[in-house]
Amino acid sequence: MCRYLICCGVVRFLIAFLWGIWMKDRRKKINKLFFIMLKIGLFTFGGGYAMIALLENEFVSKRRLMQADEFADMVAIAESTPGPISINAATYIGYRQNGVLGSAAATAGVCIPSFVIIYLISLFFDTFEQIQWVAAAFRGIQVGVVVLILSAGLKMLRQMQKTIYNMACVGLTMACLIICSLFAVTFSSVFYILIGAMLGLGAYYVKWLCKHRKTEAKK
Amino acid sequence: MIFFWLFLTFLKIGAVSFGGGYGMISLIREEVLSHGWLTEEQLLRFIAVSESTPGPIAVNMATFIGSSQAGSAGALVATFGVILPSFLVILLIAAFLKKGMKYAGVRAALNGIRPVITGLVLGTAGILFLSTIANVQTIHDSVLLDWKAGIVFAILVVSSTAYSKFRRKPFSPIPLLLLSGIMGILLYL
Repeated sequence: MCRYLICCGVVRFLIAFLWGIWMKDRRKKINKLFFIMLKIGLFTFGGGYAMIALLENEFVSKRRLMQADEFADMVAIAESTPGPISINAATYIGYRQNGVLGSAAATAGVCIPSFVIIYLISLFFDTFEQIQWVAAAFRGIQVGVVVLILSAGLKMLRQMQKTIYNMACVGLTMACLIICSLFAVTFSSVFYILIGAMLGLGAYYVKWLCKHRKTEAKK
Repeated sequence: MIFFWLFLTFLKIGAVSFGGGYGMISLIREEVLSHGWLTEEQLLRFIAVSESTPGPIAVNMATFIGSSQAGSAGALVATFGVILPSFLVILLIAAFLKKGMKYAGVRAALNGIRPVITGLVLGTAGILFLSTIANVQTIHDSVLLDWKAGIVFAILVVSSTAYSKFRRKPFSPIPLLLLSGIMGILLYL
C-alpha cells in the first residue's frame, strides 16, 4: 500500500515535471541543459572535484554560458553548502540558466545515470557476492576502501590551514569518535558538526569583541 | 515505515554532509549500522561499488542502500532524500542570498566545521582500520590480527604514496580498488 502510494506520487511528480518542460517555450534550452548534465553525470568518476573540471569545460570554455568569475563563485558556494558538490553545482548552474525548472532538470540529469547504474548493480549484487572468487576479491577491496578513506582524510588535512586550533579540533574529534566507537557509546556525527560550527562562531565573536575593545580604547 | 526511515535518514545525511565525497562517511556508517541495514563489511563493499561507478558517492550510497532495503521505491525515496536538502539550500542561495556565502558569520561557522569533518573522516578511517585489520570493534574484543589484510594494507599504502611521489598526482580510486581486489583473490582464495 505504502509502496503503491509512493509510486503514484513519483509518477505524478514526473508527469507534472515533464509537462512543465514541454509546455514552456524554454523547453529547448532546458532539454539541452538536461542532456549536458546527463552526459556529465555519466562520465564523472571520482567525486565532485572531477566534475567541477568537466562543468568548467562544458559551460565556460566550450559553450560560454557562464563567466569565469561567476563559475568560481559557484564553486565556492557548492563547496561550502551541505550535500554532494556535484548536486550543488548542478542546481546552481541550472537555476542561473533557466530558473527553478532549469535547476530541477539539471539536478535530475546529473543524478539519473548514477541512479540507474547503481540500481541495476544492486539487483545482481547479492548473487554476484556469492561467487567464491568475488568474495575473496571483496575481502581485499574492503582493505582498499579503508585506504581510500584514510587518504581522503589526509588530503583534507593537507589542504587545511595548520593552526593550533584546527589541529586540536581534528585530533579531539578523531579521538572522541574512536573512543566512543570502542566503548559502543552512540554520539551522532551531527553533534560533532554542530559543536564545530558553534566553536567557529564563538571564535569569530571573541575576535570581533577584541577588535571592538581595541578601537574603543584608541578613541 | 521503512520508506519513512530511509527518507528521514538520508535527508539528515544530505543536510549535514559538508566537504563532499567522504565528508559524510562517518554519519552514513553510524546510521546504517544503528538501523541494522548493513553490516560493516557490506558497507565497505557498497563504498567500493559507489566509488567505482560514476556519480556522487552520497547519491550512489543512497540508491544502493535504499534498493537493498526496500527495492526500487526505496532507492527512489533514499536518493530523493539525500538530494533534497542541497537542492533547496542552493536554490535559496541562488535566488535570494547571492552574497550569503560572503557573510563573515557563515564563513566563521564553516571554518569551525572544516577541521571537525577532517577529524570525522580520519576517525572513521581509524575505526575501520581497527575492525578490518585487528578485528577490534569494541574494547572487549581481543586483538586478532588478520595478517593477510595487513599485507594488503601495507602494499596499498606503499604503492599509492610511491605513485603520488613519482607521478605528482594521486593514485585514482579505481586502479587502487582493482589492485586490492587482485590481492584479495591471491591471498584469500
